[in-house]
Amino acid sequence: MLKLSLKQQQRVMIISFLFIPLLLLCVFSFYPATQLFSLSMTDWDGYAEVKNYVGFENYQSLLDDPAQLEPFLNTFYYFAGAVIQICLALWFAILVNSKLMGRNLFKTLLFIPFVLNTVAASMVFQIFYQVDGALDNFLQAVGLAGWIQPWLQDAGVVPWSLVAASIWRYLGFNLILFFGVLQSIPQDQYEAARIEGAGEWQQFRFITLPSIKLVFGLQVFLAFVGSLSVFDIPMIITKGANGTKTFVMATLETAFTFNDFGLASAMAVVLLLVVIAFMLLQRLLFRESK
Amino acid sequence: MQAITESISERDIKRVERQLARQRLLSKMKRPQWLFWMLVKYVTLLMASVAVLIPPYAILMAAFKTPTEYYAKSKVDVPDSFLNFANFHKVFLDGDLGLAFYNTSVILLISLLFTILFGTQVAYVLSRFEFRGKKMVLVAYILAMFVPSVTTQVATFEIIKALGLINSKFSVILLYIGADVVMIYVFLQFMRGIPQELDEAAKIEGCSYFGIYWRIILPLLKPAIATIVILRTIYIYNDFYFPLLYMPEQSQVTVSTALYKFTTVFGTEWTTISAGIIIILIPSVTLFLLLQKQIYAGVTQGAVKG
Repeated sequence: MLKLSLKQQQRVMIISFLFIPLLLLCVFSFYPATQLFSLSMTDWDGYAEVKNYVGFENYQSLLDDPAQLEPFLNTFYYFAGAVIQICLALWFAILVNSKLMGRNLFKTLLFIPFVLNTVAASMVFQIFYQVDGALDNFLQAVGLAGWIQPWLQDAGVVPWSLVAASIWRYLGFNLILFFGVLQSIPQDQYEAARIEGAGEWQQFRFITLPSIKLVFGLQVFLAFVGSLSVFDIPMIITKGANGTKTFVMATLETAFTFNDFGLASAMAVVLLLVVIAFMLLQRLLFRESK
Repeated sequence: MQAITESISERDIKRVERQLARQRLLSKMKRPQWLFWMLVKYVTLLMASVAVLIPPYAILMAAFKTPTEYYAKSKVDVPDSFLNFANFHKVFLDGDLGLAFYNTSVILLISLLFTILFGTQVAYVLSRFEFRGKKMVLVAYILAMFVPSVTTQVATFEIIKALGLINSKFSVILLYIGADVVMIYVFLQFMRGIPQELDEAAKIEGCSYFGIYWRIILPLLKPAIATIVILRTIYIYNDFYFPLLYMPEQSQVTVSTALYKFTTVFGTEWTTISAGIIIILIPSVTLFLLLQKQIYAGVTQGAVKG
């Protein structure tokens, strides 16, 4: 057997262990990102051999017809929902972190939707929200029949129905992040505060809040990027009907249904740039504290 | 003699402590403010629990109802019989669920195997060797995090098509293996906790670098591997986006896409569809209840790195 020197052995290891992973990273992460830019300058239909260069025409048509950017507005519903979700998650994280009876059971219950299959969870709500469906029947049963709405049919109600499904599914994620931080706050800090006569609000204001500030901010950023790229829930529950189409759905529709990969790429570039801008901003804001 | 007095005094202390705690609770309970907050806490927790449970509860009930029963009764009522498995039977046969579970398992196993192999190898090389271009590799992994795959699929589609992988399981397998950057950070961080002296000792014993990776590093990385396996299993079992785009053929349905097609296959047979939903939720719920602690830890770790 060929005996290699340590130096040579190292070189073989480095090349053989990095080659495939880096190749995959380039092919499936960097190349598509750059390819997106060049495709956005063409009129490719997804099939043709030749891609005609059209310059900034696709971007121009996005600007000319702002209706195509309308799905961006749905981002704000999901972002508003995500902020409510984060606040609720903080409240429940504090509760399951205190000495309440049944805290573990509550934690399990609130977290479980997060691990469920997306399609299954979304279809649960598709059925739940039906006219004369489980939600309507439940409201009748508890004497709140007056609250019944056309949950998925009314364009004014449906965004909030979908946002509620999203909160149902993702609250547990925020809860567990907050819970992790709360657990790391030393209990003697609260003990000392109590001896000094601090009430629950003061304990929250001066001990809990400073410790969770960073995680809170991070989650708001994550939520924003998440809201920009919502896809599963509206795709499954309403298929984009009644104005629930999100930007990712519109991009895919442009590409795969209307076979306009050039325009779709231009839309994807816009989304990518917005996401990158926000992630950079997050890095800048949270850099020194990490 | 001394032991006895000690145990007595310990017991006394405990008793006094318990009495004090009870007194504190009683005095707190006299304060209306405390009672009010206790009430708010429990009421919100109970309301949240009901909100979490009602939607899946209604689906579970529907799964055991006959179609006529489903429309005749309130959706929140219990079915006539919990032994009516007709819906489950039907959905499993007509919904291609067997095939879906098979396809998802194949994709899951191959993806996990290579994710772990590549992830640990990259982490090993990056944390143990100094070489030209190492900085660049690290920067590449950071940059990759800025490109969420949800935005680039229009271009990725072209690559998958050029590779001839449309309707092949390897399309999504490659994407699952190639696009996961968070795990590199989990592995790298864990590698930092493994002392270099172990490597050195093995080297003196005549172990090759590959031997060090295979026999020392890999076994020590087990907890990190467990975290990644859990995170990736949840992700891949639940993913809907990649199989929808790259494997539209019925023979390649995964758990998610099979379920997604139910509204076309079964139309408005909501009882059958409900049974399908329940079948697909069972593995997730079971796994979660078994591995709760690890899942909490894994989700926290993955999010903090990402």
